[in-house]
Amino acid sequence: MADSENVSYPSIDPSTFDLIVVGTGLPESVIAAAASAAGKSVLHLDANPFYGSHFSSLTLDNFTSFLQSNCDTSSSSSMEDDTVNDGTEYNLVNLKPRRLYSDIEISYLVSPESLEPLRKFNLDLAGPRVLFCADSVVDLILKSGASHCLEFKSIDATFIYGIDGHGRLLSVPDTRAAIFKDRSLGLAEKNQLMRFFKLVQEHFGSEGAGGDRQEESGRISDEDLESPFVEFLKKQRLPPKIKSIILYAIAMADYDQDSPEVSNNLLKTKDVVQSLALYHSSVGRFQNAMGAMIYPIYGQGELPQAFCRRAAVKGALYVMRMPVTSVLLDKESRHYKGVRLASGQDLFSHELVMDPCFTVRLPSLLSPSSNLQYENTEGKVARGICIIRGSINPDLSNLLVVFPPRSLCTEQVTSVRALQLGSNMAVCPSGLSVLYLSALCDDAAQGRELLRAAMNVLFPLPISKNSESSTSVETEGAEGETKPILMWNSIYVQELSMGSSEAVNICPMPDGTLDYRKLLESTVKLFQKIYPEEEIFPHSVTEDTEDNGDLPSEMPE
Amino acid sequence: MEGRGVLKSESLRRSYVTPVLCVVVVAAAATPPPRSLCPSAPHRESVAKEKMHGRPRKAPKPDDEASAAKAAQLQTLQVQLLQNHHDKIYTKEALEICAKLVEVNPEHYTAWNYRKLAVESILRSETDADAIKAILTQELRVAESALRRNFKCYAAWYHRKWVLNKGFLSLDHEFRLLDQFQKLDSRNFHAWNYRRHVAALKNLSLEEELKFTTDMIDTNFSNYSAWHNRSVLLSDLLKQKVQGYSHREKVLTEEYELVHQAIFTDPDDQSGWFYHLWLLDQTVRPDSPVLTASWPPEGSELVLSFEHNLSGGLLSPFRTVYSDDGVFPIVLCFNQAVGGVNASTVTIVYMFNKNEDLSWMPLSTDNSGSAQAWVTYLNFPDVKDLSQAYPVEVRFGHSQGIVTSSGCHYCCPSQFAFTVSLHSFNLEHSEVASNVEMVVWKDDGFNAYGGPIMDLSSIVSFDQLKIDKECLQKASSWQSETISNEIALFRELLSEIDCKIGNLTLARLLMAHDAMMSYQPSQQKKTHSKEVLDLFIGLMKMDPCHYRYYKDEHSLVLMEQVTSTSDSLVRHCCQYDHQISSGLHNLICFRLKNMSLSRIGFIERLLWVQMLDLSHNELRSIEGLEAMQLLSCLNLSNNKLRSLTALEPLRLLKSLKVLDISYNEIGAHSIDTTRYLCASPLSHAVGTDWNINEDVNNDDNVRKYWEAVVIFKGLHLTQLDVVGNAIADERFRLLLSKVLPCLKWLDGEVVH
Repeated sequence: MADSENVSYPSIDPSTFDLIVVGTGLPESVIAAAASAAGKSVLHLDANPFYGSHFSSLTLDNFTSFLQSNCDTSSSSSMEDDTVNDGTEYNLVNLKPRRLYSDIEISYLVSPESLEPLRKFNLDLAGPRVLFCADSVVDLILKSGASHCLEFKSIDATFIYGIDGHGRLLSVPDTRAAIFKDRSLGLAEKNQLMRFFKLVQEHFGSEGAGGDRQEESGRISDEDLESPFVEFLKKQRLPPKIKSIILYAIAMADYDQDSPEVSNNLLKTKDVVQSLALYHSSVGRFQNAMGAMIYPIYGQGELPQAFCRRAAVKGALYVMRMPVTSVLLDKESRHYKGVRLASGQDLFSHELVMDPCFTVRLPSLLSPSSNLQYENTEGKVARGICIIRGSINPDLSNLLVVFPPRSLCTEQVTSVRALQLGSNMAVCPSGLSVLYLSALCDDAAQGRELLRAAMNVLFPLPISKNSESSTSVETEGAEGETKPILMWNSIYVQELSMGSSEAVNICPMPDGTLDYRKLLESTVKLFQKIYPEEEIFPHSVTEDTEDNGDLPSEMPE
Repeated sequence: MEGRGVLKSESLRRSYVTPVLCVVVVAAAATPPPRSLCPSAPHRESVAKEKMHGRPRKAPKPDDEASAAKAAQLQTLQVQLLQNHHDKIYTKEALEICAKLVEVNPEHYTAWNYRKLAVESILRSETDADAIKAILTQELRVAESALRRNFKCYAAWYHRKWVLNKGFLSLDHEFRLLDQFQKLDSRNFHAWNYRRHVAALKNLSLEEELKFTTDMIDTNFSNYSAWHNRSVLLSDLLKQKVQGYSHREKVLTEEYELVHQAIFTDPDDQSGWFYHLWLLDQTVRPDSPVLTASWPPEGSELVLSFEHNLSGGLLSPFRTVYSDDGVFPIVLCFNQAVGGVNASTVTIVYMFNKNEDLSWMPLSTDNSGSAQAWVTYLNFPDVKDLSQAYPVEVRFGHSQGIVTSSGCHYCCPSQFAFTVSLHSFNLEHSEVASNVEMVVWKDDGFNAYGGPIMDLSSIVSFDQLKIDKECLQKASSWQSETISNEIALFRELLSEIDCKIGNLTLARLLMAHDAMMSYQPSQQKKTHSKEVLDLFIGLMKMDPCHYRYYKDEHSLVLMEQVTSTSDSLVRHCCQYDHQISSGLHNLICFRLKNMSLSRIGFIERLLWVQMLDLSHNELRSIEGLEAMQLLSCLNLSNNKLRSLTALEPLRLLKSLKVLDISYNEIGAHSIDTTRYLCASPLSHAVGTDWNINEDVNNDDNVRKYWEAVVIFKGLHLTQLDVVGNAIADERFRLLLSKVLPCLKWLDGEVVH
């Protein structure tokens, strides 16, 4: 698909828009949908033949080729000025692709034929990622009408590793019913955990009641809310086991909260309490979803597609397989004017929103802050995908496993999470499951180690390239469980950085969290920056049953 | 690759037009009704707000605009239906109208009744099985659509039952329907009732239904209906000794484990606690009734004295029973109310009467024919032979017949024996002596009892149960282990949190433990009375709404403490020794004055008491007192008795001579709350031996104070104090002096 020379590009008419969006990742798609809902004329472009960019779900063969084509091999980008003056009335700034992935490793543990048909796979590039039933993203999906094109299934259960001292996966008692049923907690522990849940609920209950002074008793004091959560837990006298469950398996904390070296990542009580409240309001929000988390059938790539469809319904123009080569700037003011496509056509718009996979060097005449700068704030995230036969838990097909900090090795400071999805999510052929893992890390080697250690716990890797991490977990076989068989796996490391520029709007890239909340937050911010006077999806789409959802004829597919 | 993309989701999109997130259940076979897809806030496990069931019984409100038209339509339907009903028109069209009506208004009882009549009439002329089936299926459909409109509609559920009871139809659909309704509201007791009904019709195995309750409880353990059904099913399983349920103790232990999960997870939820209470009851209470005490006790040697005028110290005050006419009561106390105590189930062997001539009377204020205590009266002739002790033997349980209301038979053949010697003065002396003196309840009239304790222990039956030794062993090690284990667990829970029902349960467990230990040899007795008393005092403060319940329980524990040993009993015994009175010189008074009792209990340990002082307490009821058949002097002054009906137990105390009910609240309250506790107070006591009309016609006072007449009429009181009650005006006193012909003193003044 990189063979773009032979493709004949259609010409696009009209050539002037309110907004041009480059790339069909989730943030870009949301902005395109929101802008077209607000009555703007939108052109949405993508160089790929599929929707979703870094948020897409791909078949196995496409997945590997996409990873490799986006692999960062260049040592450093050239420092030359990309601005070209081609004699027209505009300055041209060439776009250079930015490779997000590095350290890609793909291994077949069975013959590639036994994974046929490859098209039956829908592998997420940005996994593991789920939605909480009550989170703002679900609300946005409902409000935008994107829900019309989506179906979800519930993640059945969460398991936590390494808190019982026996290396077993314990199911996480995350609800009242789960605490009741749980057999690994003592009676007193059940009481403590449930009391903590109630404390959180009462806190929000009293807040909802309009801050009635009489209900002060149910509230967590402001002082406690601002203090680190671990301190608060200590005050509640919760034992370490319960603490781990609350912090890492329910509030989904990323960093070890007990170690001093990550003190800048210490969570405040109010953050965790908010996460817990979100979790609890998620349980039972939709009657068919038993757990707090849901996942879109056919993969998370469905989400950007759904928003693109909403945009198309509202009149946005979609052109796929259309690379953008450069940005056009006004010669005088140096302000953004338009883009030049690979077809050579120039298109103009008031605003431009771009995928995070470009580097743009703007002319030095502009102030340095308007240059696109990538701040490497969060390090990297190591992602892994395993295709396995069977399931980690014979009774469940869709589940989440959390490896809290220090559970895999003493150097582990971040949570490792593994999301297993079965064939009923339509992400793989029946009988198989897909497992997504991720771990935040400072450097690639560290991240890969963590993922390997986690995989080792779940299923012994036949070829253990790393001996020290596998020693601790080899004792499991005695229990006689039938472990799932690993057939294929891949580990890659993705950069985490946030682009910012005054002249060009850059969308956020997939982050290291388990959900979309942070992404959406910055997306909404970006939208409001572009259109300060517009509300994002102001009218919730209720009766929108008229079917003009067919994609415009310009769609080159 | 080109094939999928956005287009792929196109086909999925069409079917979901509501702005609702489509979440597909993994095993989604049946599509739930559309409304269940909506975000369902009430279904959330909002623990804090689940104290109430929270599902009000109301039909969905129609839109305001359409409501007028609907009402008009409803009106027409109703008129048509009533007309059809009246004319007995049972045509298809008529039924159609009826169906429409109940669909709009499922609560229309007349419509349902009409339907039943119509179906009956159609069925009479129909013989073809298929046609009958079709008719009945149609009925089910009508009931179902009514239920879909309002699933708390009694009439529709009832109609469904009625149809099913006709037979012909398969029941499989019923369970599918029930699953839907129980998903909508898992605690809907209509659905649960119906489920039991259908399960019984289908002869479904109890285990399967038990498994269903387990699933429901797993989903949400705040489901009182599920717990309740579980207790019903388990009772049946245990009774039938179904395979896997023959080992009662094992089953109950597992149930304890289950309910602990619920209670510890959320102590604020009541359903688990209720189930725990049921389990505790199953653990502690023996099925078959047990004799807890008798009067006289086994092996006692008693003296029957024909009058009170005795020279002090001659006879043991505890072992002497006074009687004017040689009547001697025998009382049997059981641990629960029993019926069927009569000459054929209890045999008394003694020389003056034939057993067949003895009649047993239940000591109870209701007329159910069963009671915890039963009495019969032996007659001793006034013989002068003082040297002889007449042996009396009581045998019971040898033939079946003593049975509880739940149908459990008394099953321990046992017996006890005692002797009675007679004591009498010559006739002329006793005539003089009948001129008895007034009893004065002043403190200085009582001396601490200084006599030997042995005397007391010989007539108090602490270990009455040694009569039936075989039954005794039932307090198995499993029971005591279970209770001890429970006590330890709840102490742990209470160390985590402070909750009233936890405290109450602990108190109950400790009391159960003590009661169980009282079956054991006495050296092992270690009671928790002190702790239990403290728990109840704490509860009274913590939960003022239920103050009086805790107060009652507290009183019972106090009574238990007082009556638990001879030592403590003796501490409350006084010798009545008033200066001006020599007649009652030798009487022992059991004094429970000023103990803030609101209720009395453990009467089975006080059967020997002849003079009782309960003054200066907070008694609102004297229930249980009726078993004290020897009682001749009773002081109830300065209590909180609120009505004459509260005095009903006195009716059964045939030996009562002296009564003080002064300074209570009788007549001060316009509403007699005793009437709410007791089904029909006093009413059954009227009519058999008393023609009230005759008396009423003669006297207005009788009409006004008829309750007093009923209570006092059969008594032979010589002394009565009623002063200090709102009711005690001149008219009332006048009536009393009429009703009580033997009365000598009324409020300290000489009558007649």
